Amino acid sequence: MELFKKTNFDFLGHKWPFIIASLVLSVAGLVSLAVKGGPKYGIEFKGGMIMTVKFANKPDIEKIRSVLSKVLSSPPSVQTFEGGSDQNEVEIEVGVDNSGSKDADATLAKNRQSVVDTLAQTFGQPGNGKLDLNNATAGQLSARLVDPLQRAGVQLSQQQVDELATAIIGWRDQHGGLVTKFDDLRAVPGVTPQVLNVLNQEIYAAPYTAARNIEIVGPKVGADLRQQAINATLLALGGMLVYIWFRFEWVYGVGAVIAVFHDTIITIGLFSIMNKEISLTVIAALLTLVGYSMNDTIVIFDRIRENLHLNRRERLEDVINRSVNQTLSRTVMTSGLTFLAVLALFLFGGPVLHGFSLALVIGIIIGTYSSVFVASPIVLVWHNWADKRKKTAPELPASAPRVGSVKPAVPGKGSTRVAK
Amino acid sequence: MQRNLMIKTVVIVATVLICIFGIIGFPRSLEGLKANVAHNIHLGLDLKGGSHLVLQVQVQDAAKTQADQAIEQLREETRTRNIIVNSLDRNDPETLKDTDSIQINIHGVDSSRTQIFRNMVTEKFPDWVLTGVNATDYRMNMKPSALLELKRDTVTQSLQTIEKRVNALGLTEPTVQAHGDPVTQSEILVELPGEGDPAHVKDIIGATAQLKIVEVKNEGPWKTREEALAAKGGILPLNTELREFVAAGSSGGWYLISRTPVITGQDMRAARAATDPDSPGRWETSFTLSQDGARRFEKFTQANIGNRLAVVLDTQIRSVATIQSAISDSGRINGLASDQEAQDLALVLRTGALPAGIKYLQERTVGPSLGIDSIREGIYSGIAGLIAVVIVMLIYYKKAGVNAVLALLLNTILLMAALCYFGATLTLPGIAGIILTVGMAVDSNVLIFERIREELRAGKSIPAAVEAGFGKAWWTIVDTHVTTIVSCLFLFLFGTGPVRGFAVTLVIGLLANVFTAVFVSKVIFDWELSGRQQITELSI
Repeated sequence: MELFKKTNFDFLGHKWPFIIASLVLSVAGLVSLAVKGGPKYGIEFKGGMIMTVKFANKPDIEKIRSVLSKVLSSPPSVQTFEGGSDQNEVEIEVGVDNSGSKDADATLAKNRQSVVDTLAQTFGQPGNGKLDLNNATAGQLSARLVDPLQRAGVQLSQQQVDELATAIIGWRDQHGGLVTKFDDLRAVPGVTPQVLNVLNQEIYAAPYTAARNIEIVGPKVGADLRQQAINATLLALGGMLVYIWFRFEWVYGVGAVIAVFHDTIITIGLFSIMNKEISLTVIAALLTLVGYSMNDTIVIFDRIRENLHLNRRERLEDVINRSVNQTLSRTVMTSGLTFLAVLALFLFGGPVLHGFSLALVIGIIIGTYSSVFVASPIVLVWHNWADKRKKTAPELPASAPRVGSVKPAVPGKGSTRVAK
Repeated sequence: MQRNLMIKTVVIVATVLICIFGIIGFPRSLEGLKANVAHNIHLGLDLKGGSHLVLQVQVQDAAKTQADQAIEQLREETRTRNIIVNSLDRNDPETLKDTDSIQINIHGVDSSRTQIFRNMVTEKFPDWVLTGVNATDYRMNMKPSALLELKRDTVTQSLQTIEKRVNALGLTEPTVQAHGDPVTQSEILVELPGEGDPAHVKDIIGATAQLKIVEVKNEGPWKTREEALAAKGGILPLNTELREFVAAGSSGGWYLISRTPVITGQDMRAARAATDPDSPGRWETSFTLSQDGARRFEKFTQANIGNRLAVVLDTQIRSVATIQSAISDSGRINGLASDQEAQDLALVLRTGALPAGIKYLQERTVGPSLGIDSIREGIYSGIAGLIAVVIVMLIYYKKAGVNAVLALLLNTILLMAALCYFGATLTLPGIAGIILTVGMAVDSNVLIFERIREELRAGKSIPAAVEAGFGKAWWTIVDTHVTTIVSCLFLFLFGTGPVRGFAVTLVIGLLANVFTAVFVSKVIFDWELSGRQQITELSI
């Protein structure tokens, strides 16, 4: 099966609509960023606390927010944990005072305790004297059960009680971290009916667990990390420019870097429009895309160079067009396959990777588009402009390294390729 | 030619076997297989669950202690040389940034003894620089080299103490190590795998536990601080301070105690928790002293029978006792509220005091249940992605697609095995990296196959087309891999744990890909071509 046997689309002839489309998308993204006062930073970049809480049933977000607003120093943001298979997980985010006051850390610690306590009061049953199984550690469970088990006549050594507690907590964690029905615990090895009785007496299962995930970042750490992220991205782009300059000509490097930069801007812009968070893993995805987007661009440039060697008389525009058409099959296939892989990640990969996989999904589409419709036109436009000034044909420096086994055509001798 | 092919094939098969062994070992059963895999693959905190803490050592505390000691020494030295000084004090740097600004102020030095004073300071205080402020006042600042050494030593000592404390808690495989640039940042990283609730651990780690035993002056106790101050006419005598003893009954209140300790935590050798025999329902922590400490303690108690001494923990008096006879080697801190409190105090005493306070910069605690969910979701999406890619390759490239799929599977196995053998940590972004590798690895095959198709269209014979396809695509494959690997290098330098895991898996995957997509694919093609004499058609 072959989709692109002999395409001959005049890419460069139609370059302006595509360049304009790119500009529109970029500007839209930048406007969104400006209007919203910058990107929506993840917790690592702005400091604060984020706690993930899972509920047995779909939670009332408004209720959570109002209950917490009363006890916290600043109103929290509560939203569903996006990308999860169910809608029962929420993320509670409490900001931090960025003014650099000494008490910022103490406030963070206090806020954390307030959230835990308030959740217990609102959704749990703190007054019933029992240990909350869904929010306890194995150590706490073991300590709680030792004496009651003795009294109930269950003969277990301290170590065996520890192992039993670990097994119960392990079972709970295997099943999403929430125990809803006590009877389910019968499945744990070591839970005899006697043990189950004791469990019923000493512990209960609250309809939520706050033991999923918590991240606390001091304010100064966030600012430092932001700077590092920007530095890393700029360095990566610079590194690419140098590499391509080394392998090709410098204008090719500029074309590639502008294309990749445009990808990054559009991706961040789209994130802003969709109100998605830019977290550390999203920056990782963007940096990966910088490298990946170069691939497509390099493949096309490689082909352009090869064709230039073979046909020195042809117009640059025609050479580029032909190169893009020749590599179209490969470009679409590769991008399509990589896209399938990251799409699987986005659909099934869970909420923790949500931002990351979304960045990759958007980035691959935009990256492929830019390699074909942005990088090459830039090279062409530059050469045409340079031509007008110098009135010489575009040419690669003789020192450019060769591609594979293709030798540059020597005037007077036949071409090494047999054309049919 | 045939033998060449055989050798290459043997190499490939051997590699596959070594890799599979690296991942699953020699399992006897399905249970054994799962156990081996769990043992060989090192999971990151975000998949295993656990706590990741970044602490900052408050070096300015150590600078303040150093200044206090220097002030004491100055008092001694000026006294023995009969140099009259009005007052000595130091400033109070509050944050880590201000550490370098530590300064001792000396007021009212007898101007007739100036030269003796200066000589003394130069001789006895080599770490400090003396600057005259006016005819009788001076200030002392620490030399940059001394400051550097102070910072380094404080961080190192803090690290060792924290390590001892974390180990004493008996947790599984904790990690305690320096983080960031030790001179400017003073950060320590603590990782506690499997720890779902680090609150208790954080308390233990951060407990400064400056313990000292001091002489109690023969007045008081007073009910409030104001009363005590009033009784002394508003000014405390030299080298004393007021501290509170929170206790029921008449022994509670504010005491006037000496600033200079008789015994400090450094002199303590062992500490144990036990129930308090004197107060039922309470606990105590007993400790024994070192030889030198015991000697000093004996001398002190011998000379102070009938007087009182106090045990001070951080800024609070924990117990007050009247010296009944000379005590030489042990003591007790009693009246503690619970077994846990006594155990914690014993642990902290055993491991020694921290030289400076601790601030928690960052914490990430992933509950094991989220980790397990993440692994499951990662595996599902990986399988989904793999199946999608395989189906497309088979449809589009037919039998050559089988070639690519085999190379792809081998690539994944190589990647997993490399992670096991290098002991690299697999994080959730790392799993994403594996899935991304699948998508990108296929690129190399696509490049080669498309080239082969082109060569066939141009009329080359089938073996020649295959050769040309592999040959021409080689440099392009190198280029594309290098750019992504360079990106990952930046990610590795800049990122933390999970992001680094991603960079590492992607790089290993791409390197493995060069081997599988070029070498292995070629071998498979060669087998196909070597079988028959005349090949008329290539399924691609």
